[in-house]
Amino acid sequence: MKFWRKPLDLDKIKIPCGEIHIFKDRCKGCAFCVEYCPKDVLEMSEEFNIKGYHPPYVKNPDDCLECHLCEMLCPEFAIFVTLKENEESANVTAEKGRK
Amino acid sequence: MKADPKGVLTGSHTLTGNHACAEGAFAAGCRFLGLYPIVPSLEISERFLERAPEVGATFIQMEDEVSVLAAVLGASWTGKKSMTVTSGPGLSLMMEHLGLGIMLETPCVIVDIQRAGPALGMPGRPAQGDMMQARWGSHGDYEIIALSPSSPQEMFDYTIKAFNLSERYRIPVALMSDAYVAHLQEKVVIPPAEEIEIEPRRYYKGAKDKYLPFKRDKDFVPRMVNIGDGYKFHVTGLTHDDRGYPVMNEECQEYNVHPLVWKVRNYVDEIIEVQEAETEDAEVIIISYGATSRAALKAMEQARKSGIKVGSLKLVTVWPFPEKRVAELAKKVKAFVVPEMNFGQVVLEVERCSYGNANVIFVPHGENGVENTDDLLSAIKQAVQADKVESVIIEFNKGV
Amino acid sequence: MKAKETKTQEIQSVPSKKGEIHPMENLLRMDRMPHIWCPSCGIGLAVTAFASALEKANIDPNKISIVSGIGCTGRVAGYVKLDSFHTTHGRPIAFGTGIRVANPKIKVVVFSGDGDLIAIGGNHFIHAARRNIDMLVVCVNNFIYAMTGGQVAPTTPLAAYATTSPYGCVEPPFNIPYIADSSGAVYVARWTTLHIRRLINSLAEALQKKGFSVVEVISPCGMYYSRINKLGDGLDMMKFYHDNVEIRHGEDTKNLDIGFQTKIICGKFVDRERPSYMERYNQWLSDVKGGSRDEG
Repeated sequence: MKFWRKPLDLDKIKIPCGEIHIFKDRCKGCAFCVEYCPKDVLEMSEEFNIKGYHPPYVKNPDDCLECHLCEMLCPEFAIFVTLKENEESANVTAEKGRK
Repeated sequence: MKADPKGVLTGSHTLTGNHACAEGAFAAGCRFLGLYPIVPSLEISERFLERAPEVGATFIQMEDEVSVLAAVLGASWTGKKSMTVTSGPGLSLMMEHLGLGIMLETPCVIVDIQRAGPALGMPGRPAQGDMMQARWGSHGDYEIIALSPSSPQEMFDYTIKAFNLSERYRIPVALMSDAYVAHLQEKVVIPPAEEIEIEPRRYYKGAKDKYLPFKRDKDFVPRMVNIGDGYKFHVTGLTHDDRGYPVMNEECQEYNVHPLVWKVRNYVDEIIEVQEAETEDAEVIIISYGATSRAALKAMEQARKSGIKVGSLKLVTVWPFPEKRVAELAKKVKAFVVPEMNFGQVVLEVERCSYGNANVIFVPHGENGVENTDDLLSAIKQAVQADKVESVIIEFNKGV
Repeated sequence: MKAKETKTQEIQSVPSKKGEIHPMENLLRMDRMPHIWCPSCGIGLAVTAFASALEKANIDPNKISIVSGIGCTGRVAGYVKLDSFHTTHGRPIAFGTGIRVANPKIKVVVFSGDGDLIAIGGNHFIHAARRNIDMLVVCVNNFIYAMTGGQVAPTTPLAAYATTSPYGCVEPPFNIPYIADSSGAVYVARWTTLHIRRLINSLAEALQKKGFSVVEVISPCGMYYSRINKLGDGLDMMKFYHDNVEIRHGEDTKNLDIGFQTKIICGKFVDRERPSYMERYNQWLSDVKGGSRDEG
């Protein structure tokens, strides 16, 4: 990362930040989302859901880039991401959500 | 509801049984045929395909009989009255989807032109050896409706009756004919469209998201919708609840599967149709169905002339079997004579339902011609001479 | 015997909390979640990809019907909120053919497993491809009969273990794209459940394609295939895909065999034009009658 050229329009683009919603009781602990999150936002938790699986928890929520990969790679439809609406990321260029 | 005139070839014709069956299907409103060619039923498909463009029906010849009935069930769910035609070997391949048709409660008609079995047997020779297969062939508990025509006119009439029964009870209906009637050429009178009564499909009219594919009316028959109407329903061959979702427990098995049986058993009086002739004073009654009824009626007249009081009970609907009527008649007569072009199938039902009150003489029929009555007449003499009631099906012996 | 009025069986479903609506809610039967597939199974991903592809290809959900056979993937029809049928083992393509021919306005999708489509249903697969029936077939290939407990399948790689090949599978497996291509399919692609975005695009493309299109989805089976063969769980299979999948679009389908833990070649292999069954049917009809009934 150190030798990468600095993008010219770095100041104009605001990096989006996503809010992660997890249905703990639907999770079956396959850990696909933890493995393939590009920013290592998620991690398997120690708590149990009603079926006895360990659902993931959001380790560092600010790193989430709202890429929806965890949502796509969840076979249980137990996790999804919505754009975090706050002031400084208001004029975000990435279109809202995955539509 | 009246028949759609586009499909009705009104007028008097000379048709083979097969061709009459195809015309009957059009008249009944059948607009989809799944076919796989097999002797002796292929003429039905040929006739259907020739007339299909004119009537606006679609068809497809599939790669085997297994997929034929699967395609017919699929087509039926799009709202089209659908049918397939086959013979013994094909019916054997269709057993799994007969079961699926019962479980999904999908109206369709399966025409079985029976031929001598087992295995390849004699394709051209008529037989009635698939009767028990139609009734018990698929796995699990279910009821089936099966009709058996004995003339080209009845091939026309009973095809319409089969479609009406299948729509009324939302169940596959079998038309059990045979190679003899199928290739017989006789006069067939096709009435004008407005004289043909058609049973419309019972559709669900309620809210789109409230539809339950298996919510039963009082007569246990659920309402249907078509694919593409936006109901987004789910149906499965697994034991399911009203919503069509699979539910794997005993309670749901009873809740879902038993009505498949009650739907027919509780309405046998409406479904069953028999044709009785001179049974009031009869000593001996010939019980027959399909092609054997032709010889039975002739034998009855000949026996009457020679002074023996003989009656005839012709089964229009072989399944469900008219148990009540046979039990009543058993008390009044000395014996039943049951000719069949097999080695004894429906005669077992006759024996069961006579409860030992009458002798049951089984006559293997057809060796020396379907219309020949010699065996029947000697069986009738044998029946009259017998003095006590045997507790077993009496083998008919030619010597008498 | 009369039918007793017993209550409809309530399936314990996990409602989403107020305001938290999963974007797939309108396409999946959420009242049936959680579904029956095992932890780390890939079928859920195939369903996610299909649901996203439906949106991407903006197909009218009322004019599409999904048919599944028997097997783990056979349960997909029950979880997708469309006109769905769960039919007999090996016959969804035949069932779908009936739907398509009877009503050419309905887009038919057959969503089933490798055993269901290529083993018992092989005959209908090749014939539907030959006829070029308008149908999308999604074949989720987990290399084994998983629903019945891990038996060997015609797609189990040579020498792999299964409960009915305890000393290693002795039969070489089918190459599904090769069968589809040689039988006449107009669109053939293969992806794994890891390549989820490419799978979504491929399914969206196939949904808009006229004719018989096949998308094979290689899916991990954490409960049987990888466990019996000591390959870890579903996550390890996904990692295996990550390191061993080679994407070669347009590769000749002849070379797409899959060995035991060998390279898997993915991509879009066939994308050609052939008149679909209903086009030829209507052409024949208009010649016969001098007037085509409706497009298809």
